[in-house]
Amino acid sequence: MIKLSNIEKTYDSPSGPVKALKRISLEIKRGEIYGIIGLSGAGKSTLIRCINMLERPTSGQVIVDSKDLTAMSEKELRTARKNIGMIFQHFNLLSSATVYDNIAFPLRLSGTGEEEIRKKVEPLLRLVGLSDKKDQYPAQLSGGQKQRVGIARALASDPKILLCDEATSALDPQTTKSILELIQDINRKLSLTVVVITHEMQVIKDICDKVAVIENGVIAEQGTVIEVFTNPQAAITKEFISVLLSNELPTAFQGSTISQEPVPGSYLLLRLVFLGESADNPVIAGMIRSCKIECTILFGNLDRISSTPFGRIIIGITGENAEIEKALEYLKNNDLKMEVIGYVKRHAAPLA
Amino acid sequence: MSSDMLPLLLKALGETVYMVAVSMVIATLLGIPLGVLLHITSKGQILESLSLNRVIGAIVNAIRSIPFIILMVAIIPFTRLLVGTSIGTTAAMVPLVIASIPFIGRQVETSLKEVPYGVVEAALSMGATPMQIIWRVLLPEAMPSITAQLTTVIIALVGESAMAGAIGGGGLGDLAIRYGYQRFRLDVMIATVVILIVLIQLVQFAGNTLARHLNKR
Repeated sequence: MIKLSNIEKTYDSPSGPVKALKRISLEIKRGEIYGIIGLSGAGKSTLIRCINMLERPTSGQVIVDSKDLTAMSEKELRTARKNIGMIFQHFNLLSSATVYDNIAFPLRLSGTGEEEIRKKVEPLLRLVGLSDKKDQYPAQLSGGQKQRVGIARALASDPKILLCDEATSALDPQTTKSILELIQDINRKLSLTVVVITHEMQVIKDICDKVAVIENGVIAEQGTVIEVFTNPQAAITKEFISVLLSNELPTAFQGSTISQEPVPGSYLLLRLVFLGESADNPVIAGMIRSCKIECTILFGNLDRISSTPFGRIIIGITGENAEIEKALEYLKNNDLKMEVIGYVKRHAAPLA
Repeated sequence: MSSDMLPLLLKALGETVYMVAVSMVIATLLGIPLGVLLHITSKGQILESLSLNRVIGAIVNAIRSIPFIILMVAIIPFTRLLVGTSIGTTAAMVPLVIASIPFIGRQVETSLKEVPYGVVEAALSMGATPMQIIWRVLLPEAMPSITAQLTTVIIALVGESAMAGAIGGGGLGDLAIRYGYQRFRLDVMIATVVILIVLIQLVQFAGNTLARHLNKR
């Protein structure tokens, strides 16, 4: 649906040219929710603006719906843009127009008749749950309601793609959740391809299918959200994930010496990650049954990444070295991800 | 004040209102496009053209730096060419219009700068043409502010129209000078000043009310 190849964007600044984007290539399939995450200044806003050519890339190709936007004239671009809806961090509504007129705006631009506009706007008002607010002005609405108007406006011209530029960054967590649900809902109902730009991993985790992590104008990492969450490669990705999934040891173990060699009377700490189906399997029970070890669960949580169950636990095991080896072998043969943290002296733990 | 002054005062008021109103309408019709041009050709705007912007900006600044009383005299040949005479109420309107166009241009430019670029960007993302952005985004969004700015221009015009009395333009300023000052008619002087105060108050009140009514922010 969207194919960016070798996108470069260079700005002139008083201190010489600045490369905002460097050889960016990515492909977004029809119906996907694709997340692009990066810190401010990473180039993600420039990147999303290249998709509808609000920013013309210095070089590279932008193919949307098998049409090369980079080769189009301004006039052709204006037509092509009606296929690409966009919502913004600060909503960018017309303050002088009512909710109804804001949603009708793109239709009026194309010269649609008032009767047809009404037939189009009324269902959109219902879709975003603002039918009772249609005669109000944006200043009378809350942030979440304003973004709902923005979404309805972006959908008015029946686009195939929706670009979300930090669409929830100005909203509180509760409102963010409801806006993300709405975006996910329209993605499914209208089989809309959605591109989401954000600096919050929570947004990626909640609704995206795929993610690209962008740093200093290059893509540091990309893949499905599950892959990236369970097996992050780039340092920046790990940093983003650590905000959501703390990799710290339980407080009782913080500050204890961790040794990689067995120490008498110590726990071997393991971090286990269960994904999808495997989250339901009784792996721990099986391990205890088949090996002569003691096992303590020190930390555990079950979450969802784009509707896939995702569990993380930290366990401590004790027993004969041979039995521990056997237990590790057992875990490796199961469908889960395991990381050995190390041995921690028993007396350091509050469990002895 | 003797009752013979009343028709004089009314006539002068009529002339002032006529001069200001007609000048204002013509200057607004030309000044708003000028302001739009100044804004959209500036850096980062929809039809950025820095060289054009600099040229127009320089002309605007040049006209605005000429004191009105000098401008009025300096363009007498042009006035004569345009309206066939250089004296009288109609002739006085020529310099009033010329002085007001760049003034309105700058005021409108300031108002348009207050429209957040994000709103323009949103319209661009929907495939709006530059003309659609001007008519459907910039001007409606800036209208409350433009209204307030134009009120200021009307008030400035009332003041300048008094100077136009010097070239036989008539109006309240002319009356105040000829009767109040040159013939020592203090009553006429006070009457004209009171009428001017009331007039300005009314203009300001109307402007504020309209701007408040238009403002939905």
